[in-house]
Amino acid sequence: MERAGCIEMMYPELEDKVVVTIMGASAQELYNLGHRENFFYLQHAMGLASSIGLGLARHLPNERVVVLDGDGSVLMNLGTFVTLARYRPKNMIHVVFDNGSLLSTGGFDSQTASGMTDIAAIARGAGIEHVAAVATTTDFGEAFVEALERNDLSVIVAKVAAVGPEHYGMDLHLPENGFRFKRWIAERKRAGQPVTA
Amino acid sequence: MQNTRHVAPAARYFLRFIPAASMTVSYENSKIIFDGIKAAGIKSLSALPETWLGLLLQRAEDDPDIELFQVAKEEEAVGIAAGAYFAGTPHVLLMQNHGFFGAINGIVSLAQLYHVPLCMLIAYRGHWGEPYPWHTRGGIVTEEVLRALSIPFEYARSPERVAKQIREAWVFSQSSLSPVALLLTRDLMEV
Repeated sequence: MERAGCIEMMYPELEDKVVVTIMGASAQELYNLGHRENFFYLQHAMGLASSIGLGLARHLPNERVVVLDGDGSVLMNLGTFVTLARYRPKNMIHVVFDNGSLLSTGGFDSQTASGMTDIAAIARGAGIEHVAAVATTTDFGEAFVEALERNDLSVIVAKVAAVGPEHYGMDLHLPENGFRFKRWIAERKRAGQPVTA
Repeated sequence: MQNTRHVAPAARYFLRFIPAASMTVSYENSKIIFDGIKAAGIKSLSALPETWLGLLLQRAEDDPDIELFQVAKEEEAVGIAAGAYFAGTPHVLLMQNHGFFGAINGIVSLAQLYHVPLCMLIAYRGHWGEPYPWHTRGGIVTEEVLRALSIPFEYARSPERVAKQIREAWVFSQSSLSPVALLLTRDLMEV
């Protein structure tokens, strides 16, 4: 299973979600499908995408927040799972693409590559109830749909191949991305915070 | 020998340097700071519990109008603060200076890189009057680290001024789209 395929499968659903991605391939693959104002790409500060998601989700109870994370990033902030478990944002889906690799920085194996470290087990052990571990595109799609239908914090750990886009680059300055993302949220709030299905 | 104290050898060694009447956290000033946070319009707080901040956090926990996030490490709070900012909810971060050190990559590579304001209230441990050796290194370098990161900071020393300083820190963080720090000093936090 490739991450790009998973993101492509999710893409139509992300139209009205508040989306935060990590740096590198995940950001680029989402961007390549077509940037939207409700996508925030955290191009650095590895590990904090899910913390941003928590802050968004708890303060935007009428929105759905989707975080696209990765093994290299989440390993830098494993504490995020215990904080997520504690505050349990019901409107947040935390997808961790586990390719066992620090792909964007040269493809070195991450600690999950050995097969010993199980991110889904870490999330469960932290106290998160709904954790899915998937390895096929079909299972990923099902897990994502279940998470969308479930009104509770959901973590999906998706084993994916260590491949990424051929080219990196966005026509979007980093602060500009943040400013526009914030404005999109503010306009949604002004419009009356539509509750998404 | 009178007044035998049952303490571990290491603690006994350090206790030689600590005044017999040990300091306690100021209940009154903790209340003044919390009231100042609320008066500044803050609705959301992230924190890692630490001695000087304990009474403040208890108040936050008991206040239904404050959304409190207790984090496992302070860098998480930078992410949560950014999320709150994007969501339009006024948020402040409470941390010890050592926690601030642990949050620096998030401060630089999220807050400063993306122009996300952070209003940080930092317990300024390890400086003048500090009896605990383990706090001293961090206390000594705090000011220079803040300067190196171009983070504007002020010292909060008096209960008469602290509420205004919190409001001003908040206002400046928002207008400059930058992290700012208010250092909560021993004068303010202990009695």
